[in-house]
Amino acid sequence: MAINKKIDTFEQDRQHLINLSDQEIHDKFWALTEEIVAPLLALAQKNTTPSVERSVLIRLGFSSIEAKAIVEKVMDHNLMSKGAGHVVYVASKENNISIKEAGLGLIEDKYWDSVIKYFKGDK
Amino acid sequence: MDINKKIDVKEILKDLDKYISKNNGRGWVWRDAGAHQYGEFTYYQSGSPLKNSVPLPSARSVNNIDPQPDCSITTEIASGRFEDDIRRMRMAAWHGADHIMVIRTAGQSHFDGLIEGTTQGIGGIPVTRKVVRAQRRALDMIEEEVGRPINYHSYVSGVAGPEIAVMFAEEGVSGVHQDPQYNVIYRNINMVRSFVDAAESKKIIAYSNMMQLDGAHNANATAKDAWNVMPELFVQHAINSLFSEKIGIKPELILLSTVPPAASPTPDLRLNLPYAVALRDLFNKYKMRAQMNTKYMDSSTREATVTHVLNLVLSRLTSADIQSTITPDEGRNVPWHIYNIEACDTAKQALVGMDNLKELVNLNLDGTLGKDARALKERAILYMEDIIKQGGYFEAVGNGSFVDSGFFPERNGDGIPRDPKGGIGAEDIFVRDKDYLAPVAAHYGYNNYEQYGVKDHLELIGKCSLEDPTMITWIDELDENDNVYNRLEETKKYRESNLIKPEVEWLGDGVIAVDLCFPTSKNIAQAAALELGKKMNLEDVEVIHTEILHPVEGTRIQFKGKVAFDINIDELEIPEEPEVMSVEEISAYIDEHPIKVVAGTIGEDEHSVGLREIIDIKHGGIEKYGVTYEYLGTSVPIEKMVDAAIELNAQAILISTIISHDDIHYKNMKKLVDYAIEKGVRDDLVIVVGGTQVTPDTAIKNGVDAGFGRGTKGIHVITAIIKALQEKEGK
Repeated sequence: MAINKKIDTFEQDRQHLINLSDQEIHDKFWALTEEIVAPLLALAQKNTTPSVERSVLIRLGFSSIEAKAIVEKVMDHNLMSKGAGHVVYVASKENNISIKEAGLGLIEDKYWDSVIKYFKGDK
Repeated sequence: MDINKKIDVKEILKDLDKYISKNNGRGWVWRDAGAHQYGEFTYYQSGSPLKNSVPLPSARSVNNIDPQPDCSITTEIASGRFEDDIRRMRMAAWHGADHIMVIRTAGQSHFDGLIEGTTQGIGGIPVTRKVVRAQRRALDMIEEEVGRPINYHSYVSGVAGPEIAVMFAEEGVSGVHQDPQYNVIYRNINMVRSFVDAAESKKIIAYSNMMQLDGAHNANATAKDAWNVMPELFVQHAINSLFSEKIGIKPELILLSTVPPAASPTPDLRLNLPYAVALRDLFNKYKMRAQMNTKYMDSSTREATVTHVLNLVLSRLTSADIQSTITPDEGRNVPWHIYNIEACDTAKQALVGMDNLKELVNLNLDGTLGKDARALKERAILYMEDIIKQGGYFEAVGNGSFVDSGFFPERNGDGIPRDPKGGIGAEDIFVRDKDYLAPVAAHYGYNNYEQYGVKDHLELIGKCSLEDPTMITWIDELDENDNVYNRLEETKKYRESNLIKPEVEWLGDGVIAVDLCFPTSKNIAQAAALELGKKMNLEDVEVIHTEILHPVEGTRIQFKGKVAFDINIDELEIPEEPEVMSVEEISAYIDEHPIKVVAGTIGEDEHSVGLREIIDIKHGGIEKYGVTYEYLGTSVPIEKMVDAAIELNAQAILISTIISHDDIHYKNMKKLVDYAIEKGVRDDLVIVVGGTQVTPDTAIKNGVDAGFGRGTKGIHVITAIIKALQEKEGK
């Protein structure tokens, strides 16, 4: 439903607002904002993106270049839904190595078997 | 830092990989707003004085006070070379800026990931870790120099928002722009991706106590008639503000980036004030960053400055927590140093001048102001009801609801529609599984620590880089040609020798502006200006401003060009600055030792203007310090000068001499001095001489106590008289 040209119908549209106090106008404005924002927050709660995951890896001590390479590998292995930081953590735990070593290894295609096995068994 | 030394970029870059700013984790710092005393005045909307600063030019008439307004003052910096920007930051800080907003290079928002190194930017800098750390390091020094915390600011938008936010948090950035609506509407980045990324970014912003600005002001710049988008602006501000607060940013660090949508020659205040009032009513929980209007900005810096001063009136009539300063040359150039500084001074001057305005005047909310403000709020509510009717934010954007030029509920059908399933990055959205995990601090949304029986990342693996900056992996340079070291090498001679060149934004750029009038029509004047530039041996001549004074009688032109030569400082003759006593010292001396002066123009000389400026109170002459004088007029015989001084018991003779043919001015000085010796009064009298052709040293050689040339003020003369009298007393 594309927006078409429409004349200013303010006077007739505002009839339900005319008798509201300034405080009621304030409250109504923010109640409507809540209604618009709630689904946006829900969306952010349950989804992730390559940038979100790269930012997690940077916080784990990887450089921007390393983070990018790891996330690409995680996408190749269809494991984004687990979290890239999670994948690195699992590689580190399953192979008894540091987080850093695990991440750098994953870039070089090491440790993936253990990661895939872990997540398969987990389900 | 030594205030007499330039910042050495090489020092800033040295061991930068190991530098950890003491300001990491500090977050945003406000000024200590309240009442402060500056000289004899109390400023009720002010901050603390600076340790080092450059006061406004007229401050010299009020003991050089430099009152600082209560709100933070922004300067936007965007030359493309971060090393040159550092000097501009230092200059801006001395002129009152404490919010340094660094613009990103064109195209950075479409870059999928962080960029690294120190490549040169276009219309801004590549905001990389290295650049951010170098600039923060410089600001750590500058803030100590001026004696006030300085907030460093840049942008968290595009398709790498969360990574940029993390890098900013790690590097001590204290303010950011973050608004997913900007990505959606102006960058065509997929809506879901924008909001998911934004939530993560905002969580990191909240964690680091950064100040956040929204991007609503862009709607003003895009819409055909900016004042018609007011109802939509409320909605955009509201969506970003509440979304941010729900994620955890404190309301006092959520700022609306608000621009007065209209500018004169529209009835500026009549349109903008109701909007500003309504906005502050509805958003009373949040704060305001008052941005200047750029939409109605042409190439006249004078016009832009007036628009900005009207914007500042609005800030004082309502409120502003951060006052932005758009450079008045933005309409014609990449901003130049001098205009950054002018803009800071414009804000400071206007805000200080309108100190406590709201105590002096009341807004008349019972009239059209209140009525118009209320109507705007209602239009905004109708706008939101319309969004909900369409099925929500995504559907409304998809239908082209936003940036329509109609005054809602009017519609012109020219909004920017975006496909909720399309746009950049649409394919890169992943639903988190039940066992999704992100074992770091400041992560938004679903995060399953329970599967490992822990409550957070600290229990699981320990600290992340936000808690331990030593975990950061440093990348230095990725481009061996395009980097700061090569640029420093190219401009080496201007850093390490005594050569200088004019500069507008980059060291050694050689750009100058010429301001002139041709007595002719616009087209001829523009062509003539280009020819003039060529004849002045300037390169890359370009007309940057044209103003019709009359269709045929005159055209004002400003053009820029580059000079092709350097100036060697060693070859310059640099006169010493004349000594100046403080007003208090002068008054104290004259209170105890009244001074009477005999003054006149000697020889066959009818000039009188210069001398009158030195003695008259209205020109800041010596009379203002309590000196009494006897003015004998022009063409006064030298004998009469000395005889009058004896008769009136004067302490000093002040002579003016303009005509210099055959060195007659020096000969007359000598004659006067000789006559005073003959009369036996030379030792009791101070003899001071002035004139456009007088060289101080030569005058003294001819026997007077002091000589003054062009540009002399009363304070120089009275200082010389008192110094000479003190010396005579000492003998």
